[in-house]
Amino acid sequence: MSALKISWQAALALVFCVIAAFTLPLAGAEGSNPFSLGTTFTIFALVGLAALISAMRVTDALAAVILFVGAHGAAWLLLAGIAGNEGAARAPFFLLIAAAWLLAWRCVTVLSALRPKDRAVSTFLRLLIPTVFGAWILILWEAITRGAGIPFVLLPPPSSIGVRLVNSVPVLWADVNQTIFHSVIVGYIIGCGAGFATAILADRVPFLRRGLLPIGNMVSALPIIGVAPILVMWFGFDWHSKAAVVVIMTFFPMLVNTVAGLAASGHMERDLMRTYASGYWTTLLKLRLPAAAPFIFNALKINSTLALIGAIVAEFFGTPVVGMGFRISTEVGRMNIDMVWAEIAVAALAGSVFYGAIALVERAVTFWHPSVRGG
Amino acid sequence: MQPAHSNTVIEASKLGLTFQTSDGPVRALSDVDLSIGKGEFVSFIGPSGCGKTTFLRVIADLERPTSGSISINGMSPQQAREARAYGYVFQAAALFPWRTIENNVALPLEIMGISRDERKARIKRTLDLVNLSGFEKKYPWQLSGGMQQRASIARALAFDADLLLMDEPFGALDEIVRDHLNEQLLKLWGQTNKTICFVTHSIPEAVYLSTRIVVMSPRPGRVTDVIESTLPRERPLDIRESPEFLAIAARVRDGLRAGHSYDD
Ligand SMILES: Nc1ncnc2c1ncn2[C@@H]1O[C@H](COP(=O)(O)OP(=O)(O)OP(=O)(O)O)[C@@H](O)[C@H]1O
Ligand SMILES: [Mg+2]
Repeated sequence: MSALKISWQAALALVFCVIAAFTLPLAGAEGSNPFSLGTTFTIFALVGLAALISAMRVTDALAAVILFVGAHGAAWLLLAGIAGNEGAARAPFFLLIAAAWLLAWRCVTVLSALRPKDRAVSTFLRLLIPTVFGAWILILWEAITRGAGIPFVLLPPPSSIGVRLVNSVPVLWADVNQTIFHSVIVGYIIGCGAGFATAILADRVPFLRRGLLPIGNMVSALPIIGVAPILVMWFGFDWHSKAAVVVIMTFFPMLVNTVAGLAASGHMERDLMRTYASGYWTTLLKLRLPAAAPFIFNALKINSTLALIGAIVAEFFGTPVVGMGFRISTEVGRMNIDMVWAEIAVAALAGSVFYGAIALVERAVTFWHPSVRGG
Repeated sequence: MQPAHSNTVIEASKLGLTFQTSDGPVRALSDVDLSIGKGEFVSFIGPSGCGKTTFLRVIADLERPTSGSISINGMSPQQAREARAYGYVFQAAALFPWRTIENNVALPLEIMGISRDERKARIKRTLDLVNLSGFEKKYPWQLSGGMQQRASIARALAFDADLLLMDEPFGALDEIVRDHLNEQLLKLWGQTNKTICFVTHSIPEAVYLSTRIVVMSPRPGRVTDVIESTLPRERPLDIRESPEFLAIAARVRDGLRAGHSYDD
C-alpha cells in the first residue's frame, strides 16, 4: 500500500498534466510553427514519469536527479517550441510550465533535505539550490513574456536580453570602465576615507562630535542624490562630478557608523588599557578600531550600494557619451529596452561582486564577532 | 603597627568616595584608613556592594576619591598608573576576542615595548603557571569561563609589576584549580616579594593567602576589622586544617557577622 508516497507538488503536477491533455493543443493555430506531436508527447512523458518515479521507493538522490531532468527537460522543450508561436500559447502550455516548476520545487525540497557526508558534494548542493531557484525565475519570465506575447518595450524576455548583452560587450565594457572604475571606485574610496578620518577627528575633538554628529545623522537620511545636477555644474560633465556625488553619498554613513563603532568597546576593556597607561593612539589601534570593525564594515557595505546608485543616477544629469546611467537614459528614449535591461544586469552583477568582496573581507576581519562565528 | 614609610606601598587616610547617581549619592567608601607595606599580601573580604572593587579602582586611578588622600609608592594614583606600578586582574576576564590567548597575554607587553623574545618567554612562563599551555593559539571564546579568567591572570602576571591588584580572580574557578592557583600565587609571592591586594568572598582563601585580612561592610563601605595573620610565610595546603588557621578563620567570620548585624 505504501509503494507510492507522492508529494503534493508531484500530485499537483500530475493533475495539471491531465487537465493539459484535455485542452490541447499547446499553442493556437495563429502561430507559424505549431508543436509537433512528438514534442508534445515527450513533454507529457517527462513531466508525468518524473512525478510518478519520484513517488516510488527510490533513494532521495535518485529522485532528485529524475525530478531535475524531468522538470528542466520539459521546460527546455516548452521554451524551444514557443519560438515562432509568440503570443499564441494556450492554457496547456502554462499548465505544463507550472507542472515543471512544481517538479523543480519538489527537486529543491529533496535536495535541501539531503545531508551529504562529502564536503565537495555539500558545497555543490549549496550552490545548486540557489542556482535552480534563479534559473526558474528566468524560465518563468521567458515563458510568460513569450507565451503570452507581452510587448517587447514593456518587458523583453531574458533570452533577448542575453543576446543583446553578448553582442554589445565592447559598449558595456566602456560603460563599466567609465561608471564603475572611475566614478564609483574613486568616489567610494575618497568618501569612505574622508568619513573615517572625520570620525577620528570628531572623536578627538568633542566640539566637532557634538556639532557634526547630529548633522551627519540628518544628512545620511536625506535623498542626497538631488544635489547631483549642482555637482555636475561644479565639476563638469565627465566622471569627476559623478565621483563627487558618490563622495557626498558615502561620507555621512561612514562618519556616523565609525563614530558609533568607536563607542562600542566595553568599559572594562578601556579600563584595562588605562591600567597599562596606554596612550590615545595605542588604545585606538589595539582596542577601539578592532571593536569598531563590525560597524565600519556595515558602512562599507551600505556605501557599496549607495555608490553604484549615485554614480548611475548622476549620469542622468549630463555626461559624455559613455557610462551606464547615460546608456540607460538614452536607450530608454530609443525604445531599446533590451539594452537597458542588459545595463541593469551588468549593474546588478557589478554590485553583487562589489558587495560580495567586501562581505568576504568582513568575514576575514571580524571572524571573532558573535554574528560571524555564530555563537 | 605602622610599617616604616620607605616600605609603604599604599597609604590611604580618611579616604572616601561618593558616587553621584540618578537616585541620590551612594557612599561606596568612607573614612578608609589603611597602610599596606611592601611584600604584604592583603585580602579584602566583605559582603557584596561594600566597596572592595571601588577601593582597588581608586588605587588603580580608575576612580577619583572624593575625600581623603591616597598614595602609591609615595606617588599619586595617576603617577603610579603612568609609571605602570601595578597589574590589575578584573572581576571578569576582559580578553579581546580578536586576539588569541597568547596575543592577549602579550598585549600589555606590546604596549610597554618589550622585545619579541622576552615576550615569548614571559607568555610561556605565565601560561604554564596557570595551566593553559597548549591553548596559546585558541581564541577566548573557544575557552570556558574559568580558562578565560586564568588567561587574564596570566596577562596580569606577565606584566610583572611589583604591585598586583586582584579582584576576585578565582571566583569563577572550581575548587581544585582554585587550590592549585592559590598555591602558585603564594609561591610566586614568596619568590618575588610582590605586594598583593586580593579581593575574595571566601574566608578560607583569604586566611590561606594573606598576611593581613581587611574586613569591610557596606552602606557606607568602610573597614570594620583588620586581622593580622599569625601563619608562617611558608604554607602547605594542609595548613588549612591546623587549629591556628581555624582560629583566624573564626575571627574573620565574627568580623563579617558584626558588619552584617550593623546593617540590619
Ligand atoms: N560607577 C558607579 N556608579 C555608581 N555607583 C557605583 C559605581 N560603582 C560602584 N557603585 C556602587 O558602590 C558600591 C560599592 O560597589 P563595589 O563594586 O565596590 O562593591 P564590591 O564590594 O566590589 O561588591 P561585589 O562583591 O559584589 O563585587 C555599590 O553600592 C555600588 O552600587
Ligand atoms: Mg566587586
